[in-house]
Amino acid sequence: MEEEIRQILEEHGRLPVPMADLDNNADLYEAGMTSHASVNVMLALEDGFDFEFPESMLRKSTFESVSAIEAALTSLVGTPVE
Amino acid sequence: MTDDSIGAFRDELIDSGLVIDAGVEGLYGRTLAYEEIVSGIIALTTRTGAGDGAMAVHFPPLIPRWLLERTDYLKSFPDLTGSVHTFGGDDKRHARLLALVDGGHDWVEVLEPAEVVLRPAACHPVYPLCTGGPLPTQGRRFEVQGWCFRHEPSADPARMLCFRMHEFVYVGDPDGAGAHSELWLKRGAEMFESMGLDVDVVVANDPFFGRAGKFLAANQLDDALKLEFVSPVSSTETRTAIGSVNRHQDHFGLTFGIESADGEVAHSACFAVGVDRTALALLKRHGLDPGRWPAEVRARLWP
Ligand SMILES: [Zn+2]
Repeated sequence: MEEEIRQILEEHGRLPVPMADLDNNADLYEAGMTSHASVNVMLALEDGFDFEFPESMLRKSTFESVSAIEAALTSLVGTPVE
Repeated sequence: MTDDSIGAFRDELIDSGLVIDAGVEGLYGRTLAYEEIVSGIIALTTRTGAGDGAMAVHFPPLIPRWLLERTDYLKSFPDLTGSVHTFGGDDKRHARLLALVDGGHDWVEVLEPAEVVLRPAACHPVYPLCTGGPLPTQGRRFEVQGWCFRHEPSADPARMLCFRMHEFVYVGDPDGAGAHSELWLKRGAEMFESMGLDVDVVVANDPFFGRAGKFLAANQLDDALKLEFVSPVSSTETRTAIGSVNRHQDHFGLTFGIESADGEVAHSACFAVGVDRTALALLKRHGLDPGRWPAEVRARLWP
């Protein structure tokens, strides 16, 4: 799951730094992700994992780091079988 | 507030000869009496920002299609967007067009999208002027005004399809953008109050479209990115935005590739006056006969 999240962030986050330079707890907004870019990330996550975020989770904090996104996804689509 | 009271204000505006029903909901003609209010507001806004060294620019109410795509407006407000279509066919297509019109059918299918769309905000054409190398240390400032279009047909005269916006825009570094916002929050409030208007400043809650829009709206609220000057316009019971201060952060800097003096992604901010809404707010506040408005208000608008 982490790898897929990182790949989506790399493609849609429009971050000025490579995702490889950011650890799982790094604040993506501080790293330069804009509100509009995080909308693209949200839509790509929904597409990639085939689910919809509930309205209550459509806020910045849900997308602020790789860990935060992973926690949100786990709560919504369940723990991936690895 | 009921729709009746809003519709009543629209009827009053038309009956008093200030505006003219132009044939569809939300579209109005203006008479000289109304245009004199508009000129007064535009001149007062210009005087309020004079001395900042802003470059005054005017653009048509059309922008290139590529510019609209760059602004991300389609992501936020696809439902308000207007696009221009033109005829590029031959005699055969012309005959088809006329047959459709005669038959009372939808004839737009014969048209093709033109290279331009309707401008949703006055400031959009200035950002491409800032590309092609780092900005000067003091950033760049623009005063821009003109007709804008948003497709939200309504009986509420405050929701015109076509209206004028007057803006002061800053493009430069984050500190400069912050200072511009602070300055215009203060100046804007003073300016509206000097016209006798009762304004509150509130964090905006724009009607962003769809699920992506829910997210954008939450961000806008969380970050207080847009502050609005709200005043009674069509009804004394609810307030409508007559101006705003917009902190774009690095949004336009990124999408247009604008560099600040130190080579970083530029930040921008704008102060926008909804000129027509301000005119309506004045008519609501002081009555439908500008000749009888308080002397100090008249002196501010028409010195
Ligand atoms: Zn603007």
